[in-house]
Amino acid sequence: MTQVRNTSAGTSQGRGTRRNSWRVVDIVVAAVLAAVCAVIFWMWSNLLYPLVSASAVAYPPSGGLVAGGWLVAGTLGALIIRRPGAALFCELLAAVLEGFLGTHFGWTVVISGLIQGLGVELVFLLTRYRRFGLLTATVAGAVSGLFLAVGENLMYNYEWATDQKLVYAVFTTLSGAVIAGALMWFVMRALQATGVLGALASGAARRR
Amino acid sequence: MSTTTAPTMFGPRSGLLARANPVVKLLGALLITLVIVLSADPVTNGVALAGQLVLLAGVGLGPWRLLTRLWPVVLAALVSGWGTAMLSDAGGPVLLHLGWITITTGSLGAGAAIALRGLAIALPGITVLLTTDPTDLADGLAQTLGLPARFVLAALAAMRLVEVMITEWSVLAAARRARGAGGGRGPWGVLVEFGGQAFTLLVQSLRRATRLAMTMEARGFGAGPRTWARTPHYGRVDVLVGVAVVAIAAGALAVSLALGTHRFIWQ
Amino acid sequence: MTPRADPAPTGVAVGLENFGWHYPGRQDPSLTGISTTIAPGERVLLLGPSGAGKSTLLQALAGVEQDPDGQSGSGRVTVDGVDPRDARGVVGFMHQDPETQVILSRVGDDVAFGLENLAVPREQIWPRVRQALDRVDLQLPLEHPTTALSGGQKQRLALAGVMAMRPRLLLLDEPTASVDHDGARQLCAAVAGAVRADGITMVVVEHRVALWEPVVERVIVLDDHGRVAFDGPTRQTLHDARELLQEQGTWVPGWVPTTRPPARTGAGPAGPETSPRDHAGAPDPAGSTPGAGEVLLSARGLAVSRVQPPRRAIARRRRRALRAWRHGEPLPEAGPDAQLRPVAAGIDLDVRAGRALAVTGVNGAGKSTLALTLAGLLVPAEGSVRAAEALAAGAAPDPSLWDGGELVSRVGTVFQHPEHQFLRPTVREELEFGPRQLRRRAGRSSARTRGGTPSEADDAARVADLLRRLRLADLADANPFTLSGGQKRRLSVATVLAAAPRVLILDEPTFGQDARTWRELVDLLVAELDRGTAVVAVTHDRDLIAALEAEELRLGT
Repeated sequence: MTQVRNTSAGTSQGRGTRRNSWRVVDIVVAAVLAAVCAVIFWMWSNLLYPLVSASAVAYPPSGGLVAGGWLVAGTLGALIIRRPGAALFCELLAAVLEGFLGTHFGWTVVISGLIQGLGVELVFLLTRYRRFGLLTATVAGAVSGLFLAVGENLMYNYEWATDQKLVYAVFTTLSGAVIAGALMWFVMRALQATGVLGALASGAARRR
Repeated sequence: MSTTTAPTMFGPRSGLLARANPVVKLLGALLITLVIVLSADPVTNGVALAGQLVLLAGVGLGPWRLLTRLWPVVLAALVSGWGTAMLSDAGGPVLLHLGWITITTGSLGAGAAIALRGLAIALPGITVLLTTDPTDLADGLAQTLGLPARFVLAALAAMRLVEVMITEWSVLAAARRARGAGGGRGPWGVLVEFGGQAFTLLVQSLRRATRLAMTMEARGFGAGPRTWARTPHYGRVDVLVGVAVVAIAAGALAVSLALGTHRFIWQ
Repeated sequence: MTPRADPAPTGVAVGLENFGWHYPGRQDPSLTGISTTIAPGERVLLLGPSGAGKSTLLQALAGVEQDPDGQSGSGRVTVDGVDPRDARGVVGFMHQDPETQVILSRVGDDVAFGLENLAVPREQIWPRVRQALDRVDLQLPLEHPTTALSGGQKQRLALAGVMAMRPRLLLLDEPTASVDHDGARQLCAAVAGAVRADGITMVVVEHRVALWEPVVERVIVLDDHGRVAFDGPTRQTLHDARELLQEQGTWVPGWVPTTRPPARTGAGPAGPETSPRDHAGAPDPAGSTPGAGEVLLSARGLAVSRVQPPRRAIARRRRRALRAWRHGEPLPEAGPDAQLRPVAAGIDLDVRAGRALAVTGVNGAGKSTLALTLAGLLVPAEGSVRAAEALAAGAAPDPSLWDGGELVSRVGTVFQHPEHQFLRPTVREELEFGPRQLRRRAGRSSARTRGGTPSEADDAARVADLLRRLRLADLADANPFTLSGGQKRRLSVATVLAAAPRVLILDEPTFGQDARTWRELVDLLVAELDRGTAVVAVTHDRDLIAALEAEELRLGT
């Protein structure tokens, strides 16, 4: 009985198959990550509010260009937690909290969060949760942006002319790819350097 | 730093709706939301909005009090209405022609309908928010609706930290100013400083998250079946609220169907 | 877990067999070859240098260690003969951060959380919650919001949450490190009462030995390599290991590290016997060194508040004041504003070159708020803060009107939490940030720094000097967030010093620090005093006040 502690840390759940089961630390970090994304999004909308409302009055689809800010929780959650469902859980919870902080969205945030989280989740599912590189992140962000446009066009923008809906979709996809995709990958890398991800799948350093 | 204080995510709770069970309120709000989201015509949405206002006035939240507290919601609804009026291809006589902006009677009607709908969608969310305790809501979600307890409780614990994060945000602003950060000029400088501040908040919050996970795990969280110290209870108030909500949802549909105006969003 | 009806001695035995821990990516193991047993009911104080793996050991005993790749541990740990992870509810664990030991938003729910997880039947939960709250002397309604608690109360709440689970082994990881003196004593008393009454086995990690000495009966001291250096009865071990402990920076009872006193050139009037209110604006009787004792910053009739006017109102105030100042008119003083709810009022003080001023007072007396107001980071609720020309050096005489660049070269503020002030990805860049900022400004405008604009070479030399003096040279390329607590504290002070401000304002600089970091900080501050820098420290630390020969301003009396 010299080496009994060779199992994974965390919960009793964490002891069996490691890759795909959620430990307590994964769940709690995912939830807090969603919360902090919501707070940052709220600050970001406060900062951009004059700009965004002015541009929304001048040319509504331009709002799609900053839509990526709304989607960061999904990709960041997937990149950090690296568990099936992480994107969906983070994006849904963040959307609900963003809805609470901003209050002008109503319960449709639940639908929005599900649709957008699903977009990210699908991309990582296609890699079977094995690839978390810059490309995957960017594609995930873009798909999430596209899903956002589809959802918004259906739920809110249905009166818009079709070409305007398309412009909006292009804008949100771009914004998703850049802000929620590529940028979040760099954020994940910067977070790895700080050591705060040490307990998570994304932060585990290699053994020498 | 400024007086940007934490928004009252969950305001003071009193009155009939506050005593109703959160799950009933949530499901009711979702039902009304669903009816409005799927319906594009102003009659359905107008009746739904009116019904909600009557219900809220009945429990002591008059339209004036709502307006003074919720003007950003009204503003957002107006902005989205304007956007639609601009971009709708509904025809009719031209009312305004300004550069690329063309507004016709048809598009103005569409815009007005969107603004009305925006208000009607926002209201159920706000109502639940103003009258519900998050802990009670979590109890209901896990015990009544059977959502996974580990995720619901982690979300509840994370929600408590939102307030801590908002306070920390303003401390961070001062702490970084003391180092001379944010010296960059123009919008780019503002963005860079925002990014830096957000990153530090992210680091702090993730640190907190791993410590919180440790605390929760040490208290036996996630180890197996658990009991609940609080039980959600359902009473006469809930029946009343349920009936009112169904009446609003069904009434809105019934009126617009009777008038022949009902239209789904895909129609 | 079936609840035990019998509250008789219930401690469990703890066994460690050749236990070690090596985090992936680290050069050295945190713990090596620890073999010992702890008898049921034994109370142990675990000491050692920071980074020696004390926390890791406690986490392993609690079964909550966060092992990144599942291969960090070696050897064997048992609690009551089984793996700690199979002994949920047997072990109670507390760490030092109050904010993350509160889980739920109501006091009662928070204490009940652990009982729910142990599947205690509902009818037993609430009596046990009340009993646990009584036990830690926290008489609050069950609905009381947890956000309204002080740090010390939060820690006692956490203890109640742990004790309600009726643990048979209590593990405490620096439970009082983030709590003020009174809070620490109350917590300690609550722990002592609980473990003695139930005969619970206890292991506590804490570098404030005096606090726990009366409670524990055995002391284990780890060395730098994570091995057991001393192990034995409290008195004997503390005596035998005293030298090693002092070297490691443990606060052994009756000892304060010796530091050099400030030179105090310039016989200014500031002394411990004079109140700052006594010399309102009186000119300083000539000091022997030019500048020493000279007033750099003063406050008159000052009231301070955390509640600030809206951002736009502050910007308007700033524009108006700057316009008045450019036209040579007096700066407007802040009028009484009831909306701002001052936490402290009627403050008169002078901050003098080469002198230290300690701001003391009970929690909530407005000490930190005063510090931030003096630093120009908050606007006064009433009265004024004025910078003398020697400090303002061409800028407006009110610090709250300075922009970030003007601020760093004049007033350096060290916040209580070092990580809040980190801006760059490496230690070196962090230190270079301030000077670079100044140089960029100097290139842009005519803003002056003390003794003209430093050249790049001067900056590099200053950064190198700071790295060496603060023992951070080996870590120059490390990410600031990865440093230990003491290293972060030293870095946060160094980053501010890198911009060579004439006034240094520190919020609880020595709080929770080990004796080694404490001595280094004091040496650094004394050196700054000797250079003619004015030091303002918000502190509870009597030893610090004595070491800096600081004048004391007591708030809230």
